[in-house]
Amino acid sequence: MQPADLTQLWVYLSTKPLTGLTITLVAYSIGFWLYQKSNRNPVCNPVVIAIAIIAAILHVTKTPYSVYFDGAQFVHFLLGPATVALAVPLFRQLETLKRALPVIIFGVLFGSLMATASTITIAYFLGASMETLASLAPKSVTTPVAMGIAREIGGVPALTAVCVIVTGIVGATLGPAVMNIIGLTDWRARGFAMGVGAHGIGTARAFQVNHTAGAFSGLSMGLNTIATALTVPFLWHWLFR
Amino acid sequence: MIAAFALILVCQLFGEVLSELFSLPVPGPVIGLGLLFIGLLVKRKPPKELTDAADNLLIHFSLLFVPAGVGVITQIDRVKSDWLPILASLVISTLLTIAATAFLMSKLLPKAPADAGSTRDEGAK
Repeated sequence: MQPADLTQLWVYLSTKPLTGLTITLVAYSIGFWLYQKSNRNPVCNPVVIAIAIIAAILHVTKTPYSVYFDGAQFVHFLLGPATVALAVPLFRQLETLKRALPVIIFGVLFGSLMATASTITIAYFLGASMETLASLAPKSVTTPVAMGIAREIGGVPALTAVCVIVTGIVGATLGPAVMNIIGLTDWRARGFAMGVGAHGIGTARAFQVNHTAGAFSGLSMGLNTIATALTVPFLWHWLFR
Repeated sequence: MIAAFALILVCQLFGEVLSELFSLPVPGPVIGLGLLFIGLLVKRKPPKELTDAADNLLIHFSLLFVPAGVGVITQIDRVKSDWLPILASLVISTLLTIAATAFLMSKLLPKAPADAGSTRDEGAK
């Protein structure tokens, strides 16, 4: 085939949703394969690998993100139903939930305040602007909520979106190692911490390892969304009014 | 399978409607999670069809974050100023939060029943 034909073929294919969808699944499969090859080392996170591969492809082929998303949206859409489906593993933990509800609520509030306070403090002493601080504050909840909170307290929602994804990736890749160092073996506590600290990406990671961890991660992620939406604006006005 | 997916979508739809209607700070799917959970509490025993559908959706939960992740990473050069405080605070704060919360919860959660699997390290299927 001539190079000109190839270019035409690419132009044709790149307008089809099929391409974006296929790239997404192939890149994730490669990521998952590498993850298993590495003996399930959390640093070889399939999401991170897939994002890197796809971002590189888009960059090299100069494909705009919107064109890629035409295909990838079918995968993206399932995020909503999958979040709803978290109710099922959660229900399987009903006995623990009943016995430990006050502890769970306390743990979520603790994690939420800890995440916000530590981010703001560290960034403040490293000289971040007020706008950046406000964009960072809600980083440990799921993207749409975090962007809403950031807008409310004067941050830049687009910057917040970046912070949320980076937080999820850091938590999912390095969080398990930190918990191993401390010697924590309770899957419920480990999952819970992943949901509070690294939202959905942490929860997805927890599900890859252990179903109990995944259930607790989903629980703390959901509760943390509510806790953070309520506490961050309050904390912000208390600190910087 | 179809009925189970339909039920999940109905929960999400109601969640979205409630979220919009009362301009709640919580996104629709999270409210849908709550609705489905309440439904399971009422029903007591979840139908196998539903648990199978949910488990299938969640096995590759992490795949579903890829499209949004790509969108954000392609925007990353917008974070030109303040990149050091941003990166440092995100890494330190996230790991600190995870470590402290996991430690706290491992002390506070009541001892696991024998089958809760504190010692079980199973892979994803």
